[in-house]
Amino acid sequence: MQDLLLLGDEAIAQGAIDAGISGVYAYPGTPSTEITEYIQASKEAEDRGIKSMWSANEKTAMETAIGMSYAGKKSLVCMKHVGLNVAADAFVNSAITGANGGLVVLSADDPSMHSSQNEQDSRFYGKFSMIPVMEPSNQQEAYDMTRYAFELSEKFEIPVLLRITTRLAHSRSGVKRVQPQEQNEMKLPSNLRQFVLLPSIARKQYNALLNKQQAMEEDGITSGFNKYIEGDNKSLGIVACGLAYNYLIENYKDGKLPYPVLKISQYPVPKTMLQKLYDEVEEILILEEGYPIIEELLRGYLNLGKKVSGRMDGTVPRAGELNPNIVAKAVGLEVLDGFEGSSNVKPRPPRLCDGCGHWDAFGALNEALKPYSGGRVLSDIGCYTLSALPPLQSINSCVDMGASITMAIGASEAGLIPAVAAIGDSTFTHSGITGLLDAVNRKANIVVLINDNSTTGMTGGQDSSALGKVEDICRGVGVEEDHIKLIKPLRRNFEENVEIISKELEYEGVSVVIARRECVQTLARRMKLKHANKSATTN
Amino acid sequence: MKKDIILAGVGGQGILTIATIIGTAALSEGLFLKQAEVHGMSQRGGDVQSHMRISSNEIASDLIPEGKVDMIISVEPMESLRYVNMLNRKDGWLITSMNPFDNISDYPELEDILNDIWKLPHYVTIDANKVAKDKGSVKAANIVVLGAASPYLNINYELLENAIKKVFKNKGEDIINLNLLALKAGRDYAEKHT
Repeated sequence: MQDLLLLGDEAIAQGAIDAGISGVYAYPGTPSTEITEYIQASKEAEDRGIKSMWSANEKTAMETAIGMSYAGKKSLVCMKHVGLNVAADAFVNSAITGANGGLVVLSADDPSMHSSQNEQDSRFYGKFSMIPVMEPSNQQEAYDMTRYAFELSEKFEIPVLLRITTRLAHSRSGVKRVQPQEQNEMKLPSNLRQFVLLPSIARKQYNALLNKQQAMEEDGITSGFNKYIEGDNKSLGIVACGLAYNYLIENYKDGKLPYPVLKISQYPVPKTMLQKLYDEVEEILILEEGYPIIEELLRGYLNLGKKVSGRMDGTVPRAGELNPNIVAKAVGLEVLDGFEGSSNVKPRPPRLCDGCGHWDAFGALNEALKPYSGGRVLSDIGCYTLSALPPLQSINSCVDMGASITMAIGASEAGLIPAVAAIGDSTFTHSGITGLLDAVNRKANIVVLINDNSTTGMTGGQDSSALGKVEDICRGVGVEEDHIKLIKPLRRNFEENVEIISKELEYEGVSVVIARRECVQTLARRMKLKHANKSATTN
Repeated sequence: MKKDIILAGVGGQGILTIATIIGTAALSEGLFLKQAEVHGMSQRGGDVQSHMRISSNEIASDLIPEGKVDMIISVEPMESLRYVNMLNRKDGWLITSMNPFDNISDYPELEDILNDIWKLPHYVTIDANKVAKDKGSVKAANIVVLGAASPYLNINYELLENAIKKVFKNKGEDIINLNLLALKAGRDYAEKHT
């Protein structure tokens, strides 16, 4: 079939469509967002009736996918690495229930933290849950491995974790497609108690999982995704995982290496392949795009065997993503220098868009908080997190999705009164509602500022689960009607908004101030579309 | 044939459009391609860059090794300098617009920036906004910069023109013609001034 020019994310999406999925479940998160967006925009996916609406958060996405697997159909779940923390309860237990229809979980890691609060390595989650992990090194592998991951999932009746990193997610290259597969028919598991994790059943299921480990490891030898590449110079052997393999190859003309290399793209790591390399060479270099997982295992706690180098001994920097030069230095090759950097280059950090409502909401909040000492605004994850930077410098925390409200409760109970939580509409429905319920039940003395721009802004304007529901949710969890205030964050409303927020800061109890104004990016897009439609009808 | 290019600018300035046009042209010539983009947080008025690699041989890394960049194509002068540490000292080219995008409090004097650029062995600096405006709209400034880079790209000029027709297909004849004129004007300028 034809060659497509696809982002790594898009290759996974196309791979999943061609593997015969019936649903993709996800919450947006850089660098994973484009997978679901690709399926949402795909005519083919639409014709096939593939479900692709955004979920409220990664946990609901994961559980919905488990439900589809229970009913016998194939489903893909997508999230960024920290999203897997949110989905972890469902994810880890899905290894115990096992899968009926193929179930593939995609986690996109972000080493170097381009758009994230940490650089955790999802391969740990795979190992922890004892399920296979696939780690593609390029766009074609991303496509092929997605299809294979579904095969593997149905073969072992177990979920499979597909792990990529930012570079692959957001880099495009040519991809060859193969003939798409049909979707599964609905078919319940032959054992209708397979998914009932009562201790007596869970024990059996867990043993079944343990018994599959050997076969899973052997599959990593036969599938062809792990490769042993012979080399004449046995002074060094190299283990290169996923993307690291490309950076290694880049440094050798025609990709020919003098050393034996073990390319790893499928886990559990086949012990026999690793053993062969270990026996053959004098020392071993391990290149991993992420945490030193294999390195730590091979080195062992006491480091008594052959010399193992990598991130742990400083041969490769301990933090951040790899690149061709880091790898060149690690294998002892010379690297070229470019020109000396100019002192006339200044940092240009991201900032809120001109005209964004967050400027006005936080401007009013800053003013209302002037009578108090600083450090009172616990915030959350979204565009508005940028209000931490000058000139606004409004917020004092960003930890995880939904933490603003619950942290404000804790801080207020420690005596920080008033304490403010600042959260976005999509983050509120992702993980803020339960925190607000806590606040109401505890009669916490906090003000929750919900910055409602009616979209999931930071990731590019995906539909927000909160749309049209924020007030009702607040009422529903028990916030008093008199203390649910709606403001429009505009410069001309500044004084009125400051007054409303100030009054709520003085109120002893839970207040919610909803600052509602559409995201300027989605507004511009909507207007453009409206204009295009209008001219289409008038022409 | 191999060209390793860094595209630079500020979020929203249209560097990905340049990437799409070069990519479309490269593919029509049967070349291999890898192009790493920046999405997410940094798009909000921050600096953005893209690594674009085209080659007649298969490409391994999505990132270009330091010191091996053949060309920096930038739609903003300060941003062009951000990546000179990546540029090949021997025969690397820097092609940039001279029009500053000043959204930070400590933006340097344009003169200082240009003096740093003009110290490099191979460069083109172009008032892309003015050239684009003369051709009909300042919005085509990114294509003017692409035009100024085109003599050094090793891609058949006609293929670049065809790529513009393809990429802007849905925007109508006027937009296509504007961008073709912008491409030509950028190219003419580069050929006259280097």
